[in-house]
Amino acid sequence: MTPPSLPARPPKKQDRPLALVNARLVDPATNRDETGGILVENGVIVATGAQVTRANAPDDAEIQDCHGQVLAPGFIDMRVQLREPGEEHKETIETGSLAAAAGGVTSMVCLPNTEPIIDDVAGVQFIARRARETRRVKIYCYGALTQGLEGKDLVEMALLADSGALGFTDGLHAVRDVQVMRRALTYARSFDALVIQHPEEPGLANGGAMNNGELSTRLGIPGIPAYAEVMMIERDLHLVRGSGARYHASHISTAAAVEAIRKAKQEGLRVTCDTAPPYFSLNENEIGDYRTFAKLSPPLRGEADRRAIAAGLADGVIDCIASDHAPHDVESKRVPFAQAEPGIIGLETLFPIALEPYHKGAMSLLAALRCLTCRPADILGLPQGRLAKGAPADMVLLDIERPYRIDVAKFRSKSKNSPYDGRPVQGIVLKTFVDGRPVFALEGERA
Amino acid sequence: MIGSPNAANAFFPHRHLLGIEALSAAEIERLLDLANSYADLPKDDERARRVLRGRTVINLFFETSTRTSTSFELAAKRLGGDVITMSVSTSAIKKGETLLDTAMTLNAMKPDVMVVRHSESGAVNLLSQKVDGSVINAGDGRHEHPTQALLDALTIRRRLGKLDGLLVAICGDILHSRVARSNIYLLTKMGARVRVIAPLTLLPSNIDRMGVEVFTDMKKGLKDVDIVMMLRLQLERMQGAYVPSTREYFRFFGLDYAKLALAKPDALIMHPGPMNRGVEIDSEVADDINRSVIREQVEMGVAVRMACLDALTRNLTGNAPQESRS
Repeated sequence: MTPPSLPARPPKKQDRPLALVNARLVDPATNRDETGGILVENGVIVATGAQVTRANAPDDAEIQDCHGQVLAPGFIDMRVQLREPGEEHKETIETGSLAAAAGGVTSMVCLPNTEPIIDDVAGVQFIARRARETRRVKIYCYGALTQGLEGKDLVEMALLADSGALGFTDGLHAVRDVQVMRRALTYARSFDALVIQHPEEPGLANGGAMNNGELSTRLGIPGIPAYAEVMMIERDLHLVRGSGARYHASHISTAAAVEAIRKAKQEGLRVTCDTAPPYFSLNENEIGDYRTFAKLSPPLRGEADRRAIAAGLADGVIDCIASDHAPHDVESKRVPFAQAEPGIIGLETLFPIALEPYHKGAMSLLAALRCLTCRPADILGLPQGRLAKGAPADMVLLDIERPYRIDVAKFRSKSKNSPYDGRPVQGIVLKTFVDGRPVFALEGERA
Repeated sequence: MIGSPNAANAFFPHRHLLGIEALSAAEIERLLDLANSYADLPKDDERARRVLRGRTVINLFFETSTRTSTSFELAAKRLGGDVITMSVSTSAIKKGETLLDTAMTLNAMKPDVMVVRHSESGAVNLLSQKVDGSVINAGDGRHEHPTQALLDALTIRRRLGKLDGLLVAICGDILHSRVARSNIYLLTKMGARVRVIAPLTLLPSNIDRMGVEVFTDMKKGLKDVDIVMMLRLQLERMQGAYVPSTREYFRFFGLDYAKLALAKPDALIMHPGPMNRGVEIDSEVADDINRSVIREQVEMGVAVRMACLDALTRNLTGNAPQESRS
């Protein structure tokens, strides 16, 4: 339902067919990696493969030559914070959408930890309305799992799900009370709703600001032991086994968590997980001399855990890579380390960092892109994330080889808290399409 | 941990003194030699009074302190500097002013040296990145307290003639102690062997990686040591169950004559103060004029801080007179 104040869609131009030809089609959902094209009509993919060529395209189609570059499904980022409503000085749905489009993210799901908190139908509807008004990428949200994120009373899960909430989570906090978590999972099972946990034992995390170990000892910063993560996951797995609910562990960061999830999957529990780029590309040494841009929650871990996360991605135990986009203004970060807000912006570095395992030879291109496309789509129950006939034409055109240095100053995100500034990477987004509509083109590329 | 080197000053090639970790043994040695010479000067020595003439020192204490701020203030005055001491209580923070706002405001008044204490680890480091003059860390959270380690070293050196080869036990609340961390860095760099003795709840993780031996039994840890360095049990930082009671703590980890008897017969007793008598140290032991050097530590504090102020201001360019360096 479109509010009357919105401008109508541009007439007809939308509906002209779009033929992307001469591309390397990479579709993780079907393990397809072949030369060909994609034909889009009315925002939907109507034909894919070798038969879509310049010659075969409909007469009225707009034709774009991809020059052999990779054409893949648009990325689905299952964990972002957009700070709207409430903290628009850090990010808005508008600036977050610009950042997403530039990062190749065509669908993203934001956390409910806004002000006000998204724990009622109005909150879910607000996000949906702002997404329509912004009309750049697709924006979804999770509902809070408990009212006010307080870990006590359940939200109206079924009503929120009907309004479009894709899952339920208390965001940056684990649900501490095990009985509340048990009821939440049990109730969620009635509607097959997805429950997403920040897996960290709160009693051990309380007061901590970085990974516990030699470095925290030297810096004199209270540490959070790595086992705080697996303790919460293992607690929850008992509840998942008991309830049969769908459970997703967010941004896992430790070897022990990978093993716990692996066993749970082998057992047949309905368990999935994701990690975020910092957990396989950086370790705690990034903190150096109290660099607050390297303060995350969960904290950056030691090198052994970093390797285990990279290995977990490579062997598929970790399903997805989410950006964990957490914009913060200067005032939130230019304070003593323990007082600084945790988190980094991630939308515009998601793709090049996610591609690092591919360039190192640890993952195939299909496997790396699967973590960004069809896997999160399947977990969230979204039809996009695949180059299939009938699917929404959400696509990215990628130069997977282009080398450059990350330049945070050029980011569209309102906040600049990234530890990756200056990092040499390979792989850049050339163009982004949402429902066949161009929403981003790299400078120098024809929109 | 230390500002960028200044080639013009080979004596102490750092702009700031933020910690012991980044200092070399030679730099520590030079600071101690200089401090030692100040310790022997009469307190109204005229040559000393020219060292900081025309220089401004601001003591900026975000955490209450009596002895350290007084010691720095006296040190600056004995060197002829203009010094003011500011205790920034939480009031400025309540008004919304941040640490860096305060630092920038004071920086605009062009101090040559800022001496800073803060309750958060890394806060002094952060501040040092935003000011024009030199910064001395007077204690940041649990991280470092470099002048305390230097004054402890000077006290030991003057009593025993050396640091190299000594066996030093640091006992008590290592977890919350910046004094312990700075002392571990300094003593190990200077060739001493360091033991830490505490219940495991008061020992930070992987402390052995800092080059110390770990003991949980005073009777074993104190055996044959040259120095017994007691730490204050930081009762104000004890949020949660670290030790069950001060009574139990004193029984097992407090220094009394019975435990002291295990150390070398002439072992020295040190404490950075302020002491919790009857908690980590028996009152009589603390006051034993033959064994305790606690008052000497305070005395050496002024000399060490004079040396640090002298060394750092040699790096500064500016209007202050450069003649008459001793």
